[in-house]
Amino acid sequence: MAQMSAKKMKLLEDLQAVDFVLAELTLYLDTHPDDAEALQQYQETAEKRQEIKSAVETQFGALCRNTPLPEQNTPGWDEGPWPWQL
Amino acid sequence: MWVYEKKLMYPVKVSECNPRLAKYLIEQYGGADGELAAALRYMNQRYSIPDKVIGLLTDIATEEFAHLEMIAAMVYKLTKDATPEQIRAAGLEDHYVNHGISLFYSNAAGVPFQASYIASKGDPIADLYEDIAAEEKARATYQYIIDISDDPDINDSLKFLREREIVHAQRFREAVEILKEDRNAQKIF
Repeated sequence: MAQMSAKKMKLLEDLQAVDFVLAELTLYLDTHPDDAEALQQYQETAEKRQEIKSAVETQFGALCRNTPLPEQNTPGWDEGPWPWQL
Repeated sequence: MWVYEKKLMYPVKVSECNPRLAKYLIEQYGGADGELAAALRYMNQRYSIPDKVIGLLTDIATEEFAHLEMIAAMVYKLTKDATPEQIRAAGLEDHYVNHGISLFYSNAAGVPFQASYIASKGDPIADLYEDIAAEEKARATYQYIIDISDDPDINDSLKFLREREIVHAQRFREAVEILKEDRNAQKIF
């Protein structure tokens, strides 16, 4: 099982944190579609997410299919470690 | 369609190999109020619910699959190093002789998952009340598992999932109000 450095784990947790904010805002906006403040927060968080996701993929390799391959020799989509192996 | 992302929704850590705790957690994998039932229930109801609620059902169904993956990760980590003796001591020997160390959609008592756990009435209010009840039952189940678990790392993840059930129930309650307002508006005009 591949081991992951503390730095990479931290980066992954940053992505999980920002995704949690988006998950919360998405459900909230499903029932409060006219809340401008929440929409603005969603927009800002989604942009921040793109930056973190890009940093994660540069170090971890692709998180999902249909995205450009990272430049470095990072693991491909079908290589571990998988989430339950971390 | 759905796109998979190679990460968990929330970190899952385990303190030590503990097949007995895994046995309890299976309730939320393939049990009546578990994550599989939740995901399939909401996804299936989307087709007959008014448009205003389809987005909510889609988003919550999708999140439930992420929860299902977290439960699977917990069970995997708690059992992967278990010896046959530990499996027997945990009361998982019936599962082991059928499935080995693989996961299976059953409840904590070993009863296989069944579609009758899911209701689909085709009546928006009835379906949403079913969903609110399902979330409250899942919340209660998480609390019961936390009560008997002595693994602080697993309990951290379980508390996250318990809180998500509360949020989902709240959003479903709001959906009921949205549909009621719509129905009342139709009567006026």
